[in-house]
This record gives sequence, C-alpha cells and structure tokens, in this order.
Amino acid sequence: MTSTHRLSHLDQLESEAIYILREVAAQFERPALLFSGGKDSICLVHLALKAFRPGKFPFPLVHIDTGHNFDEALRFRDNLAEKIGEKLIVRYVQDSIDQGKAVEEKGKFPSRNAIQAVTLLDTIAEFKFDACIGGARRDEEKARAKERIFSVRDEFGSWDPKLQRPELWNIYNGKIHIGENVRVFPISNWTELDVWEYIRKEKIDLPSLYFSHQREIVWREELVFPVSKFISLDNTDKVETRTVRFRTVGDMTCTAAVESEANSVDDIIREIQISRTTERGSRLDDKRSEAAMEDRKKGGYF
Amino acid sequence: MDILRFITAGSVDDGKSTLIGRLLYDSKSIFQDQLEAIERAGQVNGQINLALLTDGLKAEREQGITIDVAYKYFSTPKRKFIIADAPGHVQYTRNMVTGASNSDLAIILIDARKGVIEQTYRHSYIVSLLRLPYVVVCVNKMDLVDFSEEVFLNIQKQYLEFAKDLDLKSIHFLPISALNGDNVVEPSNSMPWWKGKSLLNFLEEIEIHTEEESPAPRFPVQNVIRPQTPEYHDYRGYAGQIRSGLFTVGDSITVLPSGLTSKIKAIDSYDGPLNTAYSPMSVTIRLEDEIDVSRGDMLVVTGKEPVVTQDLEAHICWMDQKVMAPGSKYLLRQTTNAVKVSVRSLEYRVETSTHEKTEQPNLGLNEIGKVTLRAAKPVAYDPYSKIRGTGSFILVDEGTNQTVAAGMLL
Repeated sequence: MTSTHRLSHLDQLESEAIYILREVAAQFERPALLFSGGKDSICLVHLALKAFRPGKFPFPLVHIDTGHNFDEALRFRDNLAEKIGEKLIVRYVQDSIDQGKAVEEKGKFPSRNAIQAVTLLDTIAEFKFDACIGGARRDEEKARAKERIFSVRDEFGSWDPKLQRPELWNIYNGKIHIGENVRVFPISNWTELDVWEYIRKEKIDLPSLYFSHQREIVWREELVFPVSKFISLDNTDKVETRTVRFRTVGDMTCTAAVESEANSVDDIIREIQISRTTERGSRLDDKRSEAAMEDRKKGGYF
Repeated sequence: MDILRFITAGSVDDGKSTLIGRLLYDSKSIFQDQLEAIERAGQVNGQINLALLTDGLKAEREQGITIDVAYKYFSTPKRKFIIADAPGHVQYTRNMVTGASNSDLAIILIDARKGVIEQTYRHSYIVSLLRLPYVVVCVNKMDLVDFSEEVFLNIQKQYLEFAKDLDLKSIHFLPISALNGDNVVEPSNSMPWWKGKSLLNFLEEIEIHTEEESPAPRFPVQNVIRPQTPEYHDYRGYAGQIRSGLFTVGDSITVLPSGLTSKIKAIDSYDGPLNTAYSPMSVTIRLEDEIDVSRGDMLVVTGKEPVVTQDLEAHICWMDQKVMAPGSKYLLRQTTNAVKVSVRSLEYRVETSTHEKTEQPNLGLNEIGKVTLRAAKPVAYDPYSKIRGTGSFILVDEGTNQTVAAGMLL
C-alpha cells in the first residue's frame, strides 16, 4: 500500500454506496429501488449496475407516479428500465385518490407530494417490500441530515427521529419485525456537487430537463414555475418564455426551474459551484413550514 | 481530493453546533435560503443563531439541544469534509458513539470558563476506545475569558494530565471563539499570542492514514454473484468491499473460517477486470477452484491470516435500556458475518471520568465495560487496534431487533 493506493472522494463514495446496495440484497427478502427518473435515482441505478452485474438486480425498480410528473422524466424512466432489462413497477397516486384513500389538496398550489406517501405505503403492502432504497441525500434538508442510512419505519411507515437505532461503523442492522420496513439511502453522504461530478465522471445520461431550454413559466413566490395543465393560472399570473433548467425534478406543481444557460454537465457543475441557494430552495413543498420534511417523513414519506 | 470525516464532541452548551455553523458560514458553505431561514427564526445576543443550521429536528429547536447526530458536508479546494455533529447529553452517549465510529478525527470542545469537565473525560475516553487517530481540543468561548493565554495553557495542561492514561495518538490544542469566528476559518486578531493554524487550515492539512502502513488483506464476502445466464453460465463471483490491504490476481487465498484455499483468478468490476484492488474498493473476486464460499466468509491472503476462534474478548458500549447481564444471548454482526453469542462474563465496568474499573453484575445504558463472549461458530477477526474493519462488531437483541451494543475485539 502506498499513497497511490488511495481512492478519490468520488471513488470512496461510490464504493460505500455499492457496499450498502449489496447489504440490502443480502439482508432483505423483498427489497425495491424507488426510481423516479430524477438524477439521484438515476445514479442509484448506475450504482446498482456496478454492484450486481453481470447478475440481475435483486430488486425491481418502483415508481410512485403522482400523475403530475414531467413527460421527459417518465419517458426517460421507461427507456432506462428497458435498456438495462430490469423490472419496473409503477403505481399511481390517482388510483389512491379514486379509491378514496387519498384526498387531493385544494387551493391555488395543490400538491400531491404528501399523498404520495399513501400510495407508497399501499405499494409496500401490496408487494410486501421490506426495504425501499431511495436516492435521498443528507445535504438536501436539515431533517434528512439526521437520518440513518438504514432508517427503520414502523408499520405505518412512520419515522421516529428520537428512537433511531445506533448505526456503527459500516455494520448495518436490517433486522425488523413483520410489517416494518427499512428505507435505505446509499448516497446519504453525497452532496449535489458530488452527484454532478459523478455524472460527469461516469458519463451518465439524464433527462433533458436538467439542461437549459426554453419554457413557458410564471413567477410564484419569487420562483420560476413551469406552466402545465396541473397549475391553475388566473389574471394575476403573467406567462413568459424564459431560458431555464431544473436543478431538481419532482412534480410539475412543486418543482421550480432556475434561469440558466447551462446546457452541459460541465456548465452545470460550474453553476452549482458558485450558486448561493440550495437545490431544495426551488422546492415549494419544503417551504411550507419550518419542519415540512420532518413532518412528511413522520407520515411515511420517503 | 479526499474525504476527512470528523466528529464534534463536548458538553451541552460548549458551542458544538455554533462551531459547525461558523465553519460552514465562514467557509461560505451556507446557502442563501438556509441563511434566510435561520434569520427568520430569530437572533441570539444580536447575532444570527448558527446552531440552528444543525439542529434539524423540531424537538431539538424547541429545547435548544442536540438529540441525534446530524451529518453536514462542506468542501474546500483541498478536501471534502463530513461532519458528524454529535449530542453532548449523557443520555445520548450512544448517538455520540454512532458519530465517532465513522470518523477519522474528533474535535473536543471545552468551554474556556469551565475547563475540563466530566463530559470532556467521557468523550475523550470514547474517542480513545474507538481509536480515532486524531484529537483536536478546541478551547472555545475565549472571548469570555479576555482571550487569556494563561487560561488556555492551564486547560491544555489539565487535559494532557488526564489524557496520559488514554490511548490518544495525536492531540492538538486550539484557542477559539466559535461565536465570533476567532481561529475557526480566519486567524484571530484578538489572540496575537497564538501562532498556530486556524481550525480549518488544520483540518485541510492533516494527513489521513487511519490504518497501519501495510495492513493484512481482508475481504469479507457480501454476496455471491451467479447470473446463470447462457453468457455467464459458470460465473461465480464473490462480491464485497475490501476492508484492508491489497489483493492481486494470482494471490494465494485462504477462506475463513473454513480454511479452504485457492488462488485469485480475476478481480471484476463493472468497468472491467482489475489486476489489483485495495481498501476500500467494492469489487467482485473470482477464485480458481470451485470451493464453498458464502456471505460471512472472509477471503485473506494465505500466510497473513487473522485470529479464528469461538472465544472472544471485547470492550463494549452498551446502548439499550435493558441491561446486559452474563448469560444473555445476542446476535453478533461483524463484517458481513452474523453469529449467535452468549455473554460469558462481564470482567469490569469502566468509570469513564476516572478510568476506574469496577466489578458489576451488569452493564446499563451508555455504560462501557469489558466482556468475554462465546460464539456458536468460529469468528475470523483482527484486534480492533490493528484493523478497525474486522475488529468491530455490533450486538443485536433478537427479541427486539435493536442494536444494543458496539464492540471492539481485543
């Protein structure tokens, strides 16, 4: 061993994430990988290729489709699943609404973010998933910064931040009682910049949404919102065409764009390096209250 | 660029969260929207409350204390940093151990007005037990003692006196004011007597080598990869993360605990075959012979075998409300291995503030002691002092599934 036998920070993070994915495969009977077609879950799929090829993934990809997704993200999702030949399961929030299990929000900014948890918990029950792998990162939000890599949820999918298991070294304890499940976050220790540097290094394809393009937008609470059939416009809203891109891709109702000319990964990395706002600063769902994310996680959100 | 993982420890109100806030703030790692959020939340003594950056839970903000570890990230052009902001309260010691187990370095904060107190002893003992290679003692709140060099030197002397019984390899001292930012990122104008680096400079420049120079190669098997497709009909790879040392194609391998031997035929990665691989790479190893290898086994280079035994001696930190008593059975998880153990004896309990060892019938929440265990099957390990990755374990209560102890094998 010499100083040349030392991994760069990206290689260290990659190796840690592969190790975590393999622990999920070994410790659980019926795991799933939550895949939305966003950059973090695309990285997870890439890491799973590294962890399990030439074998098949020991879990399906699962998407909880709110019905408010960007078409580009959905197309990308389907193409990727087909390209790698892995199973994709999609469940719809609309079905939960139609069954009367979830109630759509009212008002000018209706979001399906919170009721996504209802469909997720039903899907977990339907397939008896005991572990759900997610692309959440601790740098995204202050409640996430507190969460373990193996995060045990009770039979209601609820997170109790005061009663987390100690998580020591890299020895993960995935033992749970029937009905409980574990949310696993292999890229917990990555930052937004790490993800983009990894995408550059590994030449990972992304939906075009992440790159600069022209789009019709309206201003909402100083944020640039994409015009879509899911948001209601009134005569106070002025529709403009701007050059934008998305830093984070969630629902069209809660994901704001940023004005940007960055149309390559290199440009994006330069933009993030000098950015003075967080990625989640463009998410309306996190601005609802001081503890918005913590409250959603207690309610079963991933 | 590499990664330095560090923990901040110290008593309640020593200013841990403020120090982290200051490190992030002065290194320009705080974003505008985060800053606006804490500005909205109000001020303390006319300054923004930097501690709010790390206390992420509602209950923490209500009570103004840290309950669980928060992980924070920042980087400078020289290094990426992962900070484990650990709670100071005695009742959350297990969360402090959680943070320390993944760290290369500990920052121990001492309030300049109070000097070395019981929590300083407790945390230093844990840092020593977990063998973090570096300790930086930050004497904080220097602004409240008129930036006195004498106060700083007295605390330094007091700490070194206590630490001489501990196994701390490298201790550094720094006088700081986290609230005002003295010596955190920028050097202080108020302490011209201090000629050392600022904390951030120190963290950027410290050399990280956490294990011995030429450690023995250790590869715990996580999964067996068998695609069973026409293309990979006979493929049988052992997936895992190298815990220490270096493996090369052609190396003679012993599988533990079985003792079977073979040679490395190939080291595979998604990006293609490798000739050598080293810690902490996650790879897939194939052997020349079809021998019985499964999850929990460890591949080692023949001639550099670790200890293999059913009788284990260890230091443990107990983490559960239910006490540990001799005779109890648990599931031991070490590397990728899981084996039932029974506690044969509790040799002693350590009083962390005095290092006194006392005989006790059991071990309670947040207590530390030395135990002997009997395992149902032989366990392959290295003493924790040699290789952290194979000498550490957890105990799981199979009734509650809780992680009840952190252990370090002797």
